[in-house]
Parts: sequence; C-alpha cells; structure tokens
Amino acid sequence: MAETKEVQTTPDEGLERTRERRVYLPRADIFETENEVTLVADMPGVDESSLEITIENNVLKIVGRTQDVSFEGYTLRYAELEPGDFERSFVLGTRVDADRISASIKNGQLRLSVPKIAPAQKQIRVTAG
Amino acid sequence: MLWNTLSRTWGPWQELQRIQSDMSRLLSGIPAQGLPTEYPPINVYAGEDGLKLVAELPGLDPSDIDVSVVQDTLTLKGGLAPEEPEKAEMHRRERRTGRFVRSVQLPYEIESDEVEARFRNGVLEVDLPRARAARPRRIAVKNT
Repeated sequence: MAETKEVQTTPDEGLERTRERRVYLPRADIFETENEVTLVADMPGVDESSLEITIENNVLKIVGRTQDVSFEGYTLRYAELEPGDFERSFVLGTRVDADRISASIKNGQLRLSVPKIAPAQKQIRVTAG
Repeated sequence: MLWNTLSRTWGPWQELQRIQSDMSRLLSGIPAQGLPTEYPPINVYAGEDGLKLVAELPGLDPSDIDVSVVQDTLTLKGGLAPEEPEKAEMHRRERRTGRFVRSVQLPYEIESDEVEARFRNGVLEVDLPRARAARPRRIAVKNT
C-alpha cells in the first residue's frame, strides 16, 4: 500500500529556526487521481508573496510566512490564535514529474498539483533459446 | 490494602475520583496541539471605542461567511464543502470541512450598523464599535 503513496511527510529532523517564532504544520489534504497528486494546505495569512516552495533531493518543502496582526490603540484581550509561520515537507515519490508541479494560493489555502509520470509500458520480448 | 479497597468505593474518595475522571475526560477533549476545540479560532482586541475580532477561516470565500451582531453577541456562520474528486484516493485528510456556527459574547453592546468585516488571505477581521449608549460618559463634577 505504501508504494502507491506519492507524497509522504518527512520525519522530524530536529532542525531549529534562527527566528524565535512559532512554526505550525499546515493542515493538509492529499489526494491522488489517475494523473496527479493534489495537496491542499490551510495557511491562513499567507499569500503568493510570502509563500516559498522548494524541491531539493526529492523533498518538497512549503514555507509560508505570516505577519503579526496588531491594531493601533487596541490591545489583545482574548487569544486562541498565536502568530506563527507555516512549514511542512513532503517526500515526493519517484513516479512524479517534479518539473511540472504547479501551485496557487487563494484565501489562505495552498493548492499544489503534482503530475504523475505515466508508467512506461515496455514489453520484454521473450525468445526461446 | 484494605484502605485502598475502601478508598475506591467509599465516601469522599469516591467523590474525588469521580471529579478526577470528569476532569480527565474534559482534558482529553483538548487536541494534542493545544488548539481550541471551537471553530473558527479567534482573537479579540479591545480599544477605547470598540473591539476587533480576528478569525482564521482558510479556504473559504468571503461569500461563504456570515457575520451578524445582535446587541452584545457576535455570530460567525459558514461552511466549506469537503472536496472529493471522483476516482481519487485520499492519502490524508486533516483539513476541517462542514458547517460551523460560533457565537461570542462580547463585553458590551455593539453599534451593529457600524460593524465592518474584511476577509484577506483566509483571515477575517471584524470591527465592532461599542454602542453609543454603552460608551462610558465622563461626568463633570461640579464644585458647589
């Protein structure tokens, strides 16, 4: 079953950030259709200018930076939200076309399409001999 | 031994244990990340003339969000349909979908005609000016 998964999360690598800020794992849905793998991730407060997507050694990394919310003359009285950035990495499978990945972000939601490489159909001729 | 057996069944100990189990049941409702169970999560800021509320609603369109204020109660309503493309294999489903309603009791009445809401990058901001009748009035003290 695991082989059909084209995208997996990486284990925690224990890396630390230089900036002292919270880093959240964005909640994500991942689904796979015949031709592509789609990742939908919630990153409220992030837009196209504060989003960075990189691929290195088959690891797709998503980093979204947010800005602190503050209003002049107002003080925070009740808080459930703590400011923080978003960061998450996924391991790409071997059967995806990393060069044709497309991404868009709207209403704080990232949508990433990872096209799959059609499995090459090769037939091995068997000769008698 | 006997004391232990007794303490589990008798009187105040039983009561304490019941409270303890109630507490752990309450606490077990809190997700591991410490996220609030109510949706959407909010922050409230207070200023001299009113409040500002911030809520995170990623993935929603402004047209999917309903903000209403009656006296001192703000209600946020909305919904997000789950995405289920045909012939798709789900690998992960962590995002929240479905309808939500959240009411927040504010510390004073709001001038509901002047409430304004903005939505940007999945973050909702609501301006909640204090009702004129509820604004503190400075009383001049006369020297007699």
